[in-house]
Amino acid sequence: MSEQSSVRLDGQGTAAEAVSDEVARSEEASILLDGQKVPFSEGQTIMDAAMAAGTYIPHLCHNPEFKPHGSCRVCTVTVNGRTAAACTMPAQNDQVVETSTEALQTERRRLLQMLFVEGNHVCPACEASGNCQLQAVAYYVGMLSPHYNHFYPQRPVDASHPDFFIDFNRCILCELCVRASRDMDGKDLFAISGRGINSRLVVNSPSGRLGDTDFHTGDKAAHVCPVGAILFKHQGYDKPIGERLYDRQPISEVGDARAAEQGDQSNE
Amino acid sequence: MSSSDLGNFISRVTDQYSRDPLQLINVLREVQDRYSHVPSEAMPQVAAALGVSLGRVQGVVEYYSFFHTSPRGQYEILLSDSITDHMLGKQPLMDYLCERLGVSVGETRADGRVSVGNASCTGMCDQGPAGLVNGYTVTRLNKERVDEMVELIDAGKPLSEWPAAYFQVEDNIRREDALLGTALEDGAALRAVLDRGEEAVLGEIVRSGLRGLGGAGFKTGIKWSLCRETHSTERYVVCNADEGEPGTFKDRVLLNRDADRVFEGMTLCARVIGAQRGYLYLRSEYRYMLEALETVLQRRRAAELLGENILGVPGFSFDIEIHLGAGAYMCGEESALIESLEGKRGVARVRPPFPVTHGFVNKPTVVNNVETFVCAALIAERGGDWFAAMGTEQSKGTKLLSVSGDCARPGIYEYPFGVTMRQVLADCGADNALAVQVAGAAGHCFPESEFDRRIAYEDVATGGSFMVFNRDRDMLDMARNFAHFFAYESCGFCTPCRVGTSLMKNLMDKVYAGHGTEADLEEMRNLGSVMQETSQCGLGSTAPNAILDTLDKFSDVYQRRLKSTAFEPAFDLDGALEEARQLTGREDSAAHL
Amino acid sequence: MSEKAKVATASLAGCFGCHMSLLDIDERLLDLIQVVEFDRMPLTDIKRVGRCDVGIIEGGVANAENVEVLRDFREHCKVLVAMGACAINGGIPAMRNQFELADCLTEAYVDGVGVDNPMIPNDPEIPLLLNKVHPIHEVVNVDYFLPGCPPAADAIWTFLNELLTGQPIALPYTQIHYD
Ligand SMILES: Cc1cc2nc3c(=O)[nH]c(=O)nc-3n(C[C@H](O)[C@H](O)[C@H](O)COP(=O)(O)O)c2cc1C
Ligand code: SF4
Ligand code: SF4
Ligand code: SF4
Ligand code: FES
Repeated sequence: MSEQSSVRLDGQGTAAEAVSDEVARSEEASILLDGQKVPFSEGQTIMDAAMAAGTYIPHLCHNPEFKPHGSCRVCTVTVNGRTAAACTMPAQNDQVVETSTEALQTERRRLLQMLFVEGNHVCPACEASGNCQLQAVAYYVGMLSPHYNHFYPQRPVDASHPDFFIDFNRCILCELCVRASRDMDGKDLFAISGRGINSRLVVNSPSGRLGDTDFHTGDKAAHVCPVGAILFKHQGYDKPIGERLYDRQPISEVGDARAAEQGDQSNE
Repeated sequence: MSSSDLGNFISRVTDQYSRDPLQLINVLREVQDRYSHVPSEAMPQVAAALGVSLGRVQGVVEYYSFFHTSPRGQYEILLSDSITDHMLGKQPLMDYLCERLGVSVGETRADGRVSVGNASCTGMCDQGPAGLVNGYTVTRLNKERVDEMVELIDAGKPLSEWPAAYFQVEDNIRREDALLGTALEDGAALRAVLDRGEEAVLGEIVRSGLRGLGGAGFKTGIKWSLCRETHSTERYVVCNADEGEPGTFKDRVLLNRDADRVFEGMTLCARVIGAQRGYLYLRSEYRYMLEALETVLQRRRAAELLGENILGVPGFSFDIEIHLGAGAYMCGEESALIESLEGKRGVARVRPPFPVTHGFVNKPTVVNNVETFVCAALIAERGGDWFAAMGTEQSKGTKLLSVSGDCARPGIYEYPFGVTMRQVLADCGADNALAVQVAGAAGHCFPESEFDRRIAYEDVATGGSFMVFNRDRDMLDMARNFAHFFAYESCGFCTPCRVGTSLMKNLMDKVYAGHGTEADLEEMRNLGSVMQETSQCGLGSTAPNAILDTLDKFSDVYQRRLKSTAFEPAFDLDGALEEARQLTGREDSAAHL
Repeated sequence: MSEKAKVATASLAGCFGCHMSLLDIDERLLDLIQVVEFDRMPLTDIKRVGRCDVGIIEGGVANAENVEVLRDFREHCKVLVAMGACAINGGIPAMRNQFELADCLTEAYVDGVGVDNPMIPNDPEIPLLLNKVHPIHEVVNVDYFLPGCPPAADAIWTFLNELLTGQPIALPYTQIHYD
């Protein structure tokens, strides 16, 4: 352990300091997550700690490569009896966190149902089906129907780009593409407009079309959409039903679609 | 509008705002004022001039209610949609106005002369029905006044030539206590802090037990200390005058009557925490006060109470800028307010971190309500004990209540904390009260059996809204009005509030129209609970309050509208065939359901 | 079970895919008819649904006739099941909700390719279209939802088995999917 921590020193502080720090942390800093002691380090959220420990907390707008956002609320847990979003809540020593209670699963199911009726999700006609995180989380929380009354908003599909299309019907406003394009690609190609139920994703070009931007396969933003809203044109339905990411195993076991995709690529 | 005209205008305006991206909302307001909308050609030009993305400009334009993407009439009339304005006869008046003008709600007349619409509560609940004409408040509307206005509009008379009486706003102060009744000489609080030192005055604030009077009740002393202790070379003081909570209008009265004391409190805070700059975030609906407030600031600068070297003390420099909102209840929430100050969409930030450490431009910032700053100024001069002697154990001092609705004397009532609702009702002349809605749309509803409860953080907390409903009222009208309000004002950031408020609104409309069932009520309870438990900010978590309260305490107003059936369709089945009937010209029996 | 459970099925705005999947339970159909008697169903030629224990609906609600059939089922069936994506959220037919009804009809009967007698049909025999396609739970109360496009034969089998033997419905993970 102490060796490991001295390896991690990048010229800040002395090895002795780091070691004693580490010891102090491992002694003190842990949360109780569904009854299990889960350690965390300074600055981590409950989600970070849970992910590091391999405990699944459902999430949609969270992607560990990005700053927590806190908009989908699917990661809601109870912290010392009060609800909070796990992805934005800093971990604090001795917090009692619950995530797998029936009450929370019910709340999450309702949030998922809201997301389904808010857009137009026709899974049988969607290339992302089987690899879609919205679907997978919905399976995880036992959603059998969208339950609420559908809004059936009229939203466009933008196919102007040679390599990508955006189907706004499926956008869940997680802002991952917004964040990726702004913070990682330095292009700022997406934004949220409108308000309330009329909130919507817009493309940052005078025509409002993706084809009039320099959006590119190499962009991080091209690889973060957790659902079937931003899709690569030249592929789709490439894995038969039964072999897709979430066909056999729940998301709690196989993880996020985009993370799995990256894993695939690095294996190649 | 020629394109070169637009281009010149935008470059002039953006220059005037030093091409500062933080000024985006101000720039857009100038464009909106001049062209009655923000033309789509204007957006890329504004974006380029301020160095922000087009998406950001579009996002802001489409977020705020008072920005439009299509032209409005030369006169834009908005009537306040607050339940209290409705109780004063808003709807028939709106119908009459539309009929007289020959235009429908939400539309612009074909000749481009006039458009009519709704606005969320304009803060004139004690003198409604009220509205805004080209952004300027008009009060006490009635049929005669509408007739006159229609004539003025048809004659094309500029607003400056309209009778001043239309724009008259009364303070209606009905009961004074320590805050309204204690005089404070200009500069007295500042002299106190200069004499006694910041630590000592901060100690007095802590000792006073003062809690934020905007509604949440956070201890002001702690807030100021946290900000003061956060390491930074730059700090900010922000006064929250967004006052968007339906039924609240006390900040408007304080700013009209007591602006000096508000600015004094802000300057005091600046001295205590070490800030050089302050902002008054003034809701756009109070724009009519802007000039007067600027004059006060000017006078204070001249009197060395603001600006460089205040009261001649080297290094004591602080100035205040007034920032107008653009129509968003959400911007009363402190982190959304800061986003708006930065020229962005008014969306709540992830907290922690809190504004005291990461506020305006990410610097430590104190955000307090108007009333809180006035109290702080008084405490600096009079001492914490003076303040702590009033009120209750956990709620020291006094509270301004904005009383409206069914009572003989609506207006501002100041009481020491701990006053019972029954006392307030007696004082305002509400002798037939069925219920009181305290703390606005986000607050709670109390039937007569609870009138002995007290206004205090340990019992019934409020930012000051106190709406009275008499026995002739239907509480469902209130709950439904609030459901519409929240669906309209939800910022849309998080799922439970963005979708939940709209689902709730639709269910309320269904019940109201007599198509609801017990199952729909159960649905509302469930939705309410998800919204309360999972929303990101106070807007979403309080949005179901009034519905849950009325379901609980006034269940008969729901029950008497319910169908006896177990289930009713989500939509009007026969109505859903109307389009097809029209297209086919069919009227046979199979053409109906 | 002394008496056989009566089961009825109908396809509203669907493609009969769910019914095909139901038939896909293959030889287990023989087990099924030991315990089940079919009432109205596309195979039986019974026109109107009688008193039933279970009604199973495929497809969403797109026209006036769909509404009538659905109401009839709800009235006559103790338990009503929404089977498949279209019954549950409108599915593929609901993709027309993106367009105005007038545009859909004009495209199909007036402006469309190869239309030789352009007019929107108005024969009283033809059910009138609703302005939007809806899932069945927006029109009647629904007791169970069996997702899938179509639900796999195994899922239908598990579901019916559990339902008819009074067990709680618990489909394994691999039998729940929305496509
Ligand atoms: C949706 C929402 C709207 C709010 N509106 C106001 C407001 O109009 N004025 C106000 O002072 N506080 C408002 N608040 C509370 C502020 O977030 C904040 O608590 C307050 O400005 C702090 O000042 P105080 O401590 O002096 O009360 C609002 C909060 C929420 C969640
Ligand atoms: S995005 Fe996901 S949930 Fe939506 S239609 Fe596609 S597969 Fe279904
Ligand atoms: S397009 Fe995808 S990544 Fe972007 S906001 Fe919508 S759901 Fe999120
Ligand atoms: S609760 Fe409502 S207002 Fe608050 S962040 Fe969520 S959507 Fe926005
Ligand atoms: S994952 Fe936490 S709010 Fe979306």
